[in-house]
Amino acid sequence: MARAVSTRRKLTMTILVWLVALIVFFPILYTIITSLKTEGEAAAGFSMLPSFTFESYAAVLDQQDYFRPFFNSVVISIGSTIVALLIAVPAAWAMAFTPTPKTRDVLMWMLSTKMMPAAGVLVPMYLIFLNTGLLDTLLGLTIILTLVNLPIVVWMLYTYFKEIPVDILEAARMDGATLGKELVYVLLPMAVPGIASTLLLNVILAWNEAFWTLRLSTDDAAPLTAFIASFSSPQGQFLAKLSAASVLAILPILLLGWFSQKQLVRGLTFGAVK
Amino acid sequence: MGSITLEHVNKTFGGHPVIPDVSLEIEDGEFVVFVGPSGCGKSTLLRLIAGLEDTTSGAIKLDGVDVTDKGPAHRGLAMVFQSYALYPHMTVRQNIAFPLKMANIDKAIAEQKVADAARVLNLTDYLDRKPRALSGGQRQRVAIGRAIVRQPKAFLFDEPLSNLDAALRVNMRIEITELHQQLKTTMVYVTHDQVEAMTMANRIVVLNAGRVEQFGTPLELYKSPANRFVAGFIGSPKMNFLEGAAAGKYQAEAIGVRPEHVRISRDAGEWQGKVGVAEHLGSDTFLHVHVDGVGLQTVRTGGENDYHPGEQVWLSPEPGRIYRFDRAGQALR
Ligand SMILES: Nc1ncnc2c1ncn2[C@@H]1O[C@H](COP(=O)(O)OP(=O)(O)O)[C@@H](O)[C@H]1O
Ligand SMILES: [Mg+2]
Repeated sequence: MARAVSTRRKLTMTILVWLVALIVFFPILYTIITSLKTEGEAAAGFSMLPSFTFESYAAVLDQQDYFRPFFNSVVISIGSTIVALLIAVPAAWAMAFTPTPKTRDVLMWMLSTKMMPAAGVLVPMYLIFLNTGLLDTLLGLTIILTLVNLPIVVWMLYTYFKEIPVDILEAARMDGATLGKELVYVLLPMAVPGIASTLLLNVILAWNEAFWTLRLSTDDAAPLTAFIASFSSPQGQFLAKLSAASVLAILPILLLGWFSQKQLVRGLTFGAVK
Repeated sequence: MGSITLEHVNKTFGGHPVIPDVSLEIEDGEFVVFVGPSGCGKSTLLRLIAGLEDTTSGAIKLDGVDVTDKGPAHRGLAMVFQSYALYPHMTVRQNIAFPLKMANIDKAIAEQKVADAARVLNLTDYLDRKPRALSGGQRQRVAIGRAIVRQPKAFLFDEPLSNLDAALRVNMRIEITELHQQLKTTMVYVTHDQVEAMTMANRIVVLNAGRVEQFGTPLELYKSPANRFVAGFIGSPKMNFLEGAAAGKYQAEAIGVRPEHVRISRDAGEWQGKVGVAEHLGSDTFLHVHVDGVGLQTVRTGGENDYHPGEQVWLSPEPGRIYRFDRAGQALR
């Protein structure tokens, strides 16, 4: 009897999980389907059955250089992640292991910068970039992405570091480790899963960031977000080509996410299950 | 060498003085135990010696050299933590070798030292395991191994046995005592368990609310406690205290008599009472006797006796075994 109930429960849960997964995944799925349609089909209305043509891909790659924005995306997402980690590891270490009464406030303040609408500082940022010559440069985009994601990186690392028993760091100090050696031999190796997930998540966030990258780049430094946007034209039929461009832009990060999903899940649920 | 001197050490956490003013002289090669109830500041005092906490005021000297402003890495002390604090990402071998690596000791010499330490601690077969694959007792040994490899000036232990089960605790107690006899290095050992303190220490520091109540050998503390707190803390079962008329007869505010120094009789004695609970340990029996007008008293008698609950009995203290205390709890001599 109990077994029958639990089987039915399991079945319901399985169906529910699949349903939710499908809903979440649906926009990406429909983008892929649309990218395999002709422009006529794409404009015709909702349909899950494309004619499986690759003409949109051919047109997109013919019309625009794919490699350049791809390269730019790689540089700014990986570059900004590394810079953010270099700043955030010591910051999170300090806050996790030598907290002061104000540490919580500092963390909240950092997070609060994420609550402000980015459009609010668009004009000043644009002017700063313009005047310093950072506009449309990879350096400029790397800096802005570092700043945008830094609060999240600090928060994630802080949470992981909090999980490390302070006794172990004190043991290292008693064993004669100086600050640098304590970081390199004890803290970092223990924090590797957390740091790896932070790194992955941040690369993904930086890769997908569109607000700033679109507005602070035009040409030379334009990443894949700009590549997608360039196919959204006000006249003519463009839905299939836009979809094909989107698929090309998200494919690398989708693959990265797929291959690192174990690490990501482990890192994001670190401490929650133990 | 490893003498430790504390001079008027004060530690205040957020305005609250946890250690008001402690001065101590720990001699080279001594096994000193800090004992006291939970929260009395034992760990804080040990961590001040270790350098893991900064003193608010006062000075700490090692071998006569002022180390108050030196960090833990530069004091040359080794510590064993209650949680063992092993490095989870390293093997047992790497754990034990870590202090040597930090001191840039030659690899070949380090390997030899690790092998020696492992042999002494019966860890040779486990050198390539990670800490998580070890039992509690083995983890404790690794923590000790990590402490002994590099011949520190002194060892600091913070309740190292409290996570072990009772039987293992007794074994490790003996092992640590033997280790001290072999190494003859200064050891400072923190515990809340007065049995551990009595059995292991050369000298005991009894702490209460951050103050040193008494510093002396186990037998000194047992035979002549400085005050009521020490008298009640040292010895098991606890000393019996009597106040009022029973104490006034001895010109004291309160008197104390240990359960092993109370005689019991059916016929005559100083205090009359009724037997309550009898705890039979085999070797001994602890009788809890309700004494009229005084309260519950514990009597330690032989393992085989025929007193049973409800029986009327007489108790009397052995002559010369009465401890007298004044109103402030200080011993009257
Ligand atoms: N880092 C700290 N911040 C504030 N109070 C502390 C800190 N460490 C210890 N205390 C306080 O100091 C007192 C003594 O603590 P501790 O030395 O750990 O006692 P014990 O080891 O004897 O149980 C306790 O009241 C504890 O709350
Ligand atoms: Mg403690």
